[in-house]
Amino acid sequence: MSRLKQLQQGAVNSQIWKSVFRVGIPNTNRKRVLAVLGSLILHLHPVKVRRSGVRMSYTWCMGGTSFFLFLVETVTGLLLMFYYRPTIEYAFTDIMDLREQAPFGIMREMHRWGAHAMVIAVWLHMFRVFMTGSYKPPREFNWNVGVILLVLTLLLSFTGYLLPWDQLAIWAITVGSNMARASPGAGTEGPMSGLIKLGDIRLIHAGDDARFALLGAKTVGPSTLLRFYVLHCVAIPLGAGFLMAIHFWRVRKDGGISGPL
Amino acid sequence: MTFIKDFVDVLSGSSISFLLLTSLFSFLIFFNLLDGRLRSKGGSVFIGFGLLFLISGIFIRPLLYLAIAYLVLMFLLANLGPRVWETRTGLIILVAGGGAFGLSMLDPQFYLIAAKPDNVPIVAMIFLLGFFTWVALRKAYLNDRQLLAGGIPWEKTESDEKLFTCPDLVYTEMLCMIVLTIVMIVWSMALRAPLEEAANPTSSPNPAKAPWYFLGLQEMLVYFDPWLAGVLLPTLIIVGLMAIPYIDTNPRGNGYYSFRERKWELGIFLYGFLVLWSFLIITGTFLRGPNWNFFGPYEYWDPNKLVPLVNIDLSELIWVKALGVALPKIWLIREMFGILFCLAYLGLPPLLAVGPFRRFYQKMGPPRYYVGTFLFLIMMALPIKMVLRWLFNLKYIVHIQEIFFNV
Repeated sequence: MSRLKQLQQGAVNSQIWKSVFRVGIPNTNRKRVLAVLGSLILHLHPVKVRRSGVRMSYTWCMGGTSFFLFLVETVTGLLLMFYYRPTIEYAFTDIMDLREQAPFGIMREMHRWGAHAMVIAVWLHMFRVFMTGSYKPPREFNWNVGVILLVLTLLLSFTGYLLPWDQLAIWAITVGSNMARASPGAGTEGPMSGLIKLGDIRLIHAGDDARFALLGAKTVGPSTLLRFYVLHCVAIPLGAGFLMAIHFWRVRKDGGISGPL
Repeated sequence: MTFIKDFVDVLSGSSISFLLLTSLFSFLIFFNLLDGRLRSKGGSVFIGFGLLFLISGIFIRPLLYLAIAYLVLMFLLANLGPRVWETRTGLIILVAGGGAFGLSMLDPQFYLIAAKPDNVPIVAMIFLLGFFTWVALRKAYLNDRQLLAGGIPWEKTESDEKLFTCPDLVYTEMLCMIVLTIVMIVWSMALRAPLEEAANPTSSPNPAKAPWYFLGLQEMLVYFDPWLAGVLLPTLIIVGLMAIPYIDTNPRGNGYYSFRERKWELGIFLYGFLVLWSFLIITGTFLRGPNWNFFGPYEYWDPNKLVPLVNIDLSELIWVKALGVALPKIWLIREMFGILFCLAYLGLPPLLAVGPFRRFYQKMGPPRYYVGTFLFLIMMALPIKMVLRWLFNLKYIVHIQEIFFNV
């Protein structure tokens, strides 16, 4: 036991350890404060938090779970990008290879189940925030950021659904994107779209309506795959990351985890 | 056993019985949260509802089953009273739910749908939603008790005390991450992610379903056209969610669980989130089979199931059936009644402002009141259309095919 202690002391006192963790083991109040302030990741938190806000029975840990699952999705998604090519020649076979050949082959599983879990976690987070009335002033704006993040989560999941390019994927996206066809004024079959005319020529048709913009074609095809891939891997995660930064920052600025006034 | 399966199948045979049951049940829960007793004015309304169902059930079998299910739930809840919110009762409900689910898994048809890999998270979601709803309402109930007795909510007793983030919060977070990582790894190893055969644009599966979290919207397509169910209503859901903090000016219930202090907000939100959003997802996932027909949980998904198409437009109902004349050629006259009905429905807010909602109008002020009631009416349009469809086979209230404007 004392050997272990010695080893620990030696490690903590070494130059390497000290260069990384400035504070050492946070065993005094001063060090506890410094540990949070001195760390990029931990300084997302305030130094002190309400006791009621730390309780799992109050927060259900769902916000943190959502964020953690986002990180899981990022890491597993990055690994999947090594194997996956977003073209209709390769997409499905790459997924097959990933399933049958790649060592450690649970990354796709984890990515998919993580996505489902993240959707549920975000819903439950919203549910908890509503049930505790935490959207009330001064947190109105952060609730709004949260709603956009919820939409982005659904869009992330939706765009990712197409990428395996199997029957499940294209038909789910076909069903989902058919809705865009009915956008009022912007889809071929939407109300009022027929009224937008230049003489006798309809300006809104299957080749330029909202659905076409989403799919990049009249049906779910190669350009859709590429579009959804770019949205899924670059555009939406960047947007979500940016909004998450605002979301977390505002949690701090609006007084930390909510509690009775 | 067969009787119970038949019971459940017939009960879910039309989603209206489930919708009505869940709605009535949530009212019962609220009644319970307000310490309501069956031997009171409110209680007799609930009993009256049950008797009404029972009588109409003599003619329509699903309604009879609905009445039985409703009466059983009502008397169970009335007998339990405040004990529903005790930990022991919660555990019993959880075990009973899990047990019923486990037993149902023995049924091959049920197993086929519930154990489909992509449906597993939704099964988990049902239990999680049930669990967390109970947790939140339990805490709200306990806090309400305290507040009624002149005390403070329990969050308040702890909120002034501050803890160091490191170690108290950091360790909780770390433990959560470890547990989640283990769950994710075990889940990923135990269940393979679904992969069907390669995409084939020429052969569409039956039923073709959207990703599960959009199945509530797909289920709405049964009742509304795509421009409403797929575009306008989802947009208004997002707008409505974002508008919540600006419409709700009630300063109480900020930062702690409570029901009494915000029963309207909670009632509307829980109805929207649990009944209209989650229940429709569950319907779309588990109860909609080939051709998007309705199937009970134990029913075989028969692709040749015959469902009579007897839906009828309001214009046809009035002009042809009631007045006995042909449909007028000009759509404005043909759809006159439907348009008037919709305008009257959306014109309700000013009327309600001087009538039953006067209290809200005075408290919220005109802009908040009008936006809030408009969003509320749009939300309630879904259950109204569902009831009209299932009970009267009403297809469209307004049907202007000329400009794709169907409501």
